[in-house]
Amino acid sequence: MDINLKHIIIRRTKLSFIYVLLSIVALTCVFPLLWMLGSSLKTQSTVFSDPSLIPASPEWNNYYLAWTKGEFGVYFLNSVFYTTAVVFGIIIISSLAAYGFSRLKFPGSNILFHMFLAAMMIPLPGSFVPLYVLVNNIRKVLLEFLTAISPFLIKIFPAHFVQQSIAFIQHQAFPRTAYVFCMINVGLSLSIYILKTFFDKMPGALEDAARIDGCNKLGIWRHVALPLARPALAVITIFNALNVWNEYILAQLILSSKETMPLQRGLIVFQGMHVTDYPLLMAGMTMTAIPIIIIYLIFQKHIIKGITAGAVVG
Amino acid sequence: MNGKLKSTLINYLFVLPAVLIFAIFYIYPFLKVFQLSMVEWDGILPTMQFIGLDNFKEIMQDKIWWDSMWHAGYITLIALTFQNGLALLLALVCDREIKGRNFFRVLFFVPPILSEVVVGLVWQWILDGNYGILNNLLSSIGLHSLVHNWLSDPKTALTCIAIVHSWKGFGWGFIIMLAGLQTIPRQLYEAARVDGAGSWQMFSKVTLPLMIPVFSMVVILTILGSMQVFVLIIAMVGQGLVYHTTVPVLRILGAMTGSSRFGYACAQGIIFGLILIIISFTQKKFSEKIKQA
Amino acid sequence: MQNVKSKMHNFNVKFKNFIFLFLILNFTFLIFNLTGCGGGAGQGDRIQPAVTINAWHWMTDRDDAFAELAARYEKKTGVKVKFELYAPSDSYTQKVRAAAQAGTLPDIFGLLGEKRDFASFVIAGHVANLDSEMLRDNAAWKNKFFSRAIAVNEFLPDNEFKVEPGVYGVPLDVMNIQMLYNKKLLKDAGIKRPPKTWDEFLAMGEKFKESGVQGLVSGWGEMWMIDCFASNYAFNIMGEEKVMKTIKGEIPYTDPEWIAVFNLFKEMADNNILYNGIVTMVNKTAEQLFANERAAFAFNGSWCVNVYAGMNPDLDYGVMFPPAKGDFLMKAWGGAGSSFLVNGRSLFKQETIDFLRWLSDDEQQAYLAEVTKNLPANKDCITKLTPVLASFAKAMEDTTHPNIWPVHEFPLVIEAFDKGIQAIIIGEKSPAEIAVEVQKVKEKELNKRRQY
Repeated sequence: MDINLKHIIIRRTKLSFIYVLLSIVALTCVFPLLWMLGSSLKTQSTVFSDPSLIPASPEWNNYYLAWTKGEFGVYFLNSVFYTTAVVFGIIIISSLAAYGFSRLKFPGSNILFHMFLAAMMIPLPGSFVPLYVLVNNIRKVLLEFLTAISPFLIKIFPAHFVQQSIAFIQHQAFPRTAYVFCMINVGLSLSIYILKTFFDKMPGALEDAARIDGCNKLGIWRHVALPLARPALAVITIFNALNVWNEYILAQLILSSKETMPLQRGLIVFQGMHVTDYPLLMAGMTMTAIPIIIIYLIFQKHIIKGITAGAVVG
Repeated sequence: MNGKLKSTLINYLFVLPAVLIFAIFYIYPFLKVFQLSMVEWDGILPTMQFIGLDNFKEIMQDKIWWDSMWHAGYITLIALTFQNGLALLLALVCDREIKGRNFFRVLFFVPPILSEVVVGLVWQWILDGNYGILNNLLSSIGLHSLVHNWLSDPKTALTCIAIVHSWKGFGWGFIIMLAGLQTIPRQLYEAARVDGAGSWQMFSKVTLPLMIPVFSMVVILTILGSMQVFVLIIAMVGQGLVYHTTVPVLRILGAMTGSSRFGYACAQGIIFGLILIIISFTQKKFSEKIKQA
Repeated sequence: MQNVKSKMHNFNVKFKNFIFLFLILNFTFLIFNLTGCGGGAGQGDRIQPAVTINAWHWMTDRDDAFAELAARYEKKTGVKVKFELYAPSDSYTQKVRAAAQAGTLPDIFGLLGEKRDFASFVIAGHVANLDSEMLRDNAAWKNKFFSRAIAVNEFLPDNEFKVEPGVYGVPLDVMNIQMLYNKKLLKDAGIKRPPKTWDEFLAMGEKFKESGVQGLVSGWGEMWMIDCFASNYAFNIMGEEKVMKTIKGEIPYTDPEWIAVFNLFKEMADNNILYNGIVTMVNKTAEQLFANERAAFAFNGSWCVNVYAGMNPDLDYGVMFPPAKGDFLMKAWGGAGSSFLVNGRSLFKQETIDFLRWLSDDEQQAYLAEVTKNLPANKDCITKLTPVLASFAKAMEDTTHPNIWPVHEFPLVIEAFDKGIQAIIIGEKSPAEIAVEVQKVKEKELNKRRQY
């Protein structure tokens, strides 16, 4: 009886200690978020003078203003496109490579993997110039090729259609694709590394079973390895999505017109050289953060549920 | 034989897309940066002067550069201990079936999502020397001697930056470690419990050995992330407190466009990359040793 | 195994959904783009503007005004001008430098940075010499501007960079940096009028302490603002000639008068004049503090009028020159705020120049000044200015800027100089120590120049 009570007391104190810790950390996390929300509802003159977290008369109109002034509509779609394309590309390419490095045998595999690792570690701050020159050269070659074949195309398609298509490729399709590939390259090494770590850790029994069932390598990758690595896939999805969503330096370097720019371009409007429109900036940032929070909410569930089903069998 | 060759070729196909992208978008800029590290060039003129290894020699004697390396190292050390300790603790807690864990799991990921602008503004406000929340708190509990301007005192500025950096980054370690913990089969815990293991024993006998690869990964990611921190520093202390808050990336960027020494900046980038590689691979070998032991 | 299979099936379904979603997104995007082009196709029947001038800029707050002006110009002349904004300025600088290497600079662009970099762009052939245009009809175009605004864009004969002499840029606006004081806070501290001399200024520290008012705020976490302040007093204490001699390397930074300049910062720190934490403060924070009446003085540029108006319309403040310490004329840091350059390899050079000339006409300059509340570079349209802005405009003739000096200091020396002043303010090093350190860097750089 006595021992039991002591046990319960110890457990209770332990539990309350855990909750106090969790709450303190959670509070520091939620405070800046609330501050951002609060500031987004103030005016430029009250944003730093009004100490209340949520103002008495909230300016909901800020959100509308931020959306229209920052021209978020176009940028939003662009960002959704870039993020989807890059994350999708990275998941496919990096999981194939990581699976190859982790499970399959071929000469040079170790060297190649360490090359990716090294690339992940060397930051190349000076590389923006060669990267820009490279992309520009590819564009030139592509354009020359298109102009060279356009006489033949004109015979098949109407002339203005060909012209428009070339213009479309030059101004829209090519810069967008180039940016997507650059961003895939940015996240690739790290994703391969994370995924390989998880693949290495996974038991091989299921794959063996699938092999006996007659699955080929690609089939095993897709039907066994990928579902099992779901927590890791969720991690790299969140990581890369956040990375692409918040990226703007490379975007401004590679993309050359407003219509192709991502969401961060909208936020820049509020941060002038001299004047920063804090309420609209905060409103814009809040709107920018929402999709990322949703992505996190969706994918973090996979981190948790992930492997438990597989483990039941194993 | 033919079948084996075919099988190897198929294996290559798995890594081919990654290698292709890598070869186009990484190797060329990398070689170019390597080449530029051996010239004196302002980044604009059509002519550049080949100076061999002079840039590297100069870096060896550049005291500010090595100071900045030490600052990044200091931030990294704090991140490795404080940030990862916190992340592991919270991941272990959230791995258990406790009430409200979903709620906390979401909140802990707020700092990584927040823009550096917001983080900088909020923490400047907390740490401000005149109206700061921290100083108000300290003086209200009687610790007047501790009240000072946290970000413009060389003794505290870098530590404050390191702590805010750790706070902003622990969410990553948290979700990666949580993902790692979740992949540990529950039966192993059950078996250990049946054998009469306490919670510490379960941690050291079951969790720890299985988590070593994940820990190793989190450590490498923390090192890479913390050594390269700079946006947060700009958001908190502008161009810096004398040289007490400068870090390698800021030196590189400063040399590149600030003082227009592109070649020197590229050489700095290469030295920095080499150091990161040495640290990371040493760490990797080290953790592999532990795993075998 | 059952479980696994159903899980896999589940995953497959989700996987397919994901692909489906992706395709839909792409498809909507394509349509979205095609409709975007559709508008263009409709216009295709009309005669398209023959000339399109591309312009890159970094001035976020002027983007809308530029678009409006471009529209007006197109209506008037049929020439289309396309402004593209890249910001913040670091990002813009990277883009311009990369484009210079790839040879894809637009017809109009601007440069941020030192005269040395400007010179390199000119030497590399990226910037057109506008001298013949500027000097036409008795220099009608050139004379429209404040002389200081032109000087920033001008290379004089026998300049140290060996650039062909001439004007290489069209100024858009001008600015200068002065001191501002909060009338109410000075009164609260028992001070009747703003300080005339340096000693009066220092004496105020005591009163600030008594009344709990904070003294001076400025963006001294951004080093160039420290440089402005120090440069003002260097001119004031030793005169322009001696400053230039120092830059040439004829007078060392360990000269007593330079130590006196460094010492000013120590005096301000010792006498409770500086805002607590000024050394890590970016200028936007400084502006926010002054606007919210948290500090009595600010050292800030003419753009601040716009900032303060947004943050606190009722702020009652005045403008003054920093209180003099020495006997020479003090010169405020100022000149062209921003300028546009013409690409030396532009296909539409003449059209581009014509557009920029139109842009600097009175009407357009007045519009830009009105919308962005900056000082126009065209001196003829400084009318309708607020009193504060008018006193900024009045000071334009008493300004100076490193970019108009005949000689230029090494970037590393400037860095050591500004960082050294920060160290003095936080009491880490003495003015004499900093003077020695700066001189050491200077000698090292001079040696390097001799070597190459």
